[in-house]
Amino acid sequence: MFLVVEWQFIVEKLVLIVAVVMISLVIAMYETYMERKVAAFLQDRRGPSRAGPFGILQPVADGLKLFMKEEIIPNNSNKFLFILGPCLAMMTAMMTSAVIPWGGTIDFFGYPVSLQVADINIGILFIFGVVSMGVYGIMIGGWASNNKFSLIAALRGASQVISYELPMGLALIALLMVTGSLKMSVIVGQQADSWYNVLYQPLGFMIFFVCALAECNRTPFDLPEAENELNFGYHQEYSSMKLGFYLFAEYINMFISSVVMSTLFFGGYDIPFINDVNLGHSIGANWLAVLQAMSLFFKTVSFIFLFMWIRWTIPRFRYDQLMNLGWKTLIPLSLINMLITAVVVLWLKK
Amino acid sequence: MQLLTNRAQLVDRKPMTFIERLYLWNIAKGMIITFSHLFKKKPTINYPEQKRPFSPVFRGLHILNRDEEGRERCTACGLCAVACPAEAITMEAAERKNGEENLYREEKYAARYEINMLRCIFCGLCEEACPKDAIYLSETFAPANFQRKGFIYGKPDLLIPHPIEKPEEYKKALGNRVVREVQ
Repeated sequence: MFLVVEWQFIVEKLVLIVAVVMISLVIAMYETYMERKVAAFLQDRRGPSRAGPFGILQPVADGLKLFMKEEIIPNNSNKFLFILGPCLAMMTAMMTSAVIPWGGTIDFFGYPVSLQVADINIGILFIFGVVSMGVYGIMIGGWASNNKFSLIAALRGASQVISYELPMGLALIALLMVTGSLKMSVIVGQQADSWYNVLYQPLGFMIFFVCALAECNRTPFDLPEAENELNFGYHQEYSSMKLGFYLFAEYINMFISSVVMSTLFFGGYDIPFINDVNLGHSIGANWLAVLQAMSLFFKTVSFIFLFMWIRWTIPRFRYDQLMNLGWKTLIPLSLINMLITAVVVLWLKK
Repeated sequence: MQLLTNRAQLVDRKPMTFIERLYLWNIAKGMIITFSHLFKKKPTINYPEQKRPFSPVFRGLHILNRDEEGRERCTACGLCAVACPAEAITMEAAERKNGEENLYREEKYAARYEINMLRCIFCGLCEEACPKDAIYLSETFAPANFQRKGFIYGKPDLLIPHPIEKPEEYKKALGNRVVREVQ
C-alpha cells in the first residue's frame, strides 16, 4: 500500500512547504527592517530611509552585504561543527512552521488543500521538541568557534533555553488540560467556536510569553549575545552568510513563536468577532482562507511588534536574576497555574 | 548639610512591596513611555537633501575674493598668515608683469596660496587681518576627504568664480555676504 504514491498529495505538500519557507524567510527579512524602524521611531530617529522608498530595500542590501563578505573560518575551530552550527540553527527555526495551521481549507479547482503542512496529532509536542533542539545551534556554534566569549555565551544560551523550557512546558500542560488535544487544528477550531484560550489561561499566557522571549534570546533575556559583555555572543567568530544564518534564524524564531502564541492563545487564523463559517458561505471558501491567513498574519505582526517594543524598552537581566526569575518565580507560578487549572477542569466536568 | 537646591530627593530604602516586585506595572509604564515616542516629531535632518541654515556670520570655508572686474584682490602681504593662530596659511608672492593687469588688482599677487583645512580652526582672524578684503569665510564647511593632502586647499579651490565670466556661480559663492567698501 505504501508504494502507491499519491503524487497530488506530494506536490501539494511540497508547494506548501516551499511557500511556508519562502514566506518565513521574507518575513524574517522584513523583521530586520521593522526592528530597525521600530527602534528608530522609539528613539525619535528615522531609521533606514535610503534604499528604496522609506528604505524598504534595506533588508535586500543587508543580505547582499552579508553574501559579499569574506568567509572566515578560524584556524583552530572544528570546521565540521563550525559549519553545522548555523545550519542547525536555521533548520530548527524553519521546521516548526510545518505543523502550524495558516488558514482554513482552500478549494484548488475542486481539489481541497488544507493550509497546513502536517496536521499531526502531537502538534504542540512537535513544536516543543523542535524548539528545544534550537539550543544545539547555539551550543555547537559557540563550542566550535574555539573562543572563550563564544563558549561562555553558548553556555549561557544553553542553560537559559533549558531553564525556560520547563515553565513553558508547564504553562502548555495547563493549556492542554483546557483544550484536551495536542492537535493544532483542533485547538484553533475550539477557539473559533468559543472564547480564545488567553481568557481561560491569562497567567499561562504570561508565563508562555516571558518564556518565548527567553527562548528567542530577545531582550530582556538576550544574554547569549550580550554584545557589551561578550563582544558579540556565540556567533562572534562567524562571518559572511553563516553569521547571516544565525541572525536570520533568530528572526525566524521570533516569527514562529509569535505564530505559535497567536495560534495557541489568540485563536490562530480565526477572524475575531466574526462567525467564520457564515462569512465563508457568503464570500466563498477561498476568500475566507485568504482573510483567515491575513488575520493570523495580523496577530503575528502584533506579537512581533510587542517583542520589538519590549526590546527597546527594557534593559537586560543580570544572569542570576535571569535564573532566579526562571527557577524561583516562573516554575512555581506555572505549577500553581497547572494545579488550579486541573482542579477547575475536574470540578467543571463533575 | 544644607541643601543647595530643592530638587534633592531622599532615597527610598524601604523593601519593595509584592506589587513592585512583580515589575509588571513598572514595565507597562515604561512601555507606554516608549510607545508615546512613536508619534513624536523626529528632529533628524536628512543631510544632503536638507541642510540646516547657517547664520550669515558663520565661519566656514575660506574664499579668495575678486573685485567687480574679476581681478584677484590678494597682494600677498602675508598679514593673514601672521594673524593665523593655527599657522594654516602659506603663500608665495610674485610680481605682476605687464599685461596681467586684468588678472591681479595690485602690483604684487599670491602665486601660491594654500590653507591647510586640517590645521585651520576657522577663527576668522585672517578675514579680520586682511587690509584688501581678499579673504573671507563662507557659509560652507570643508567636505570629507580620503587623503590628508586633499585637505590642503590651493588657489583653484579657494578663488571665487569670475564675476563677469561666471556671474551665477559668483553670486552663489558670495552668498548673502555684505560686501565691505575697500579703498
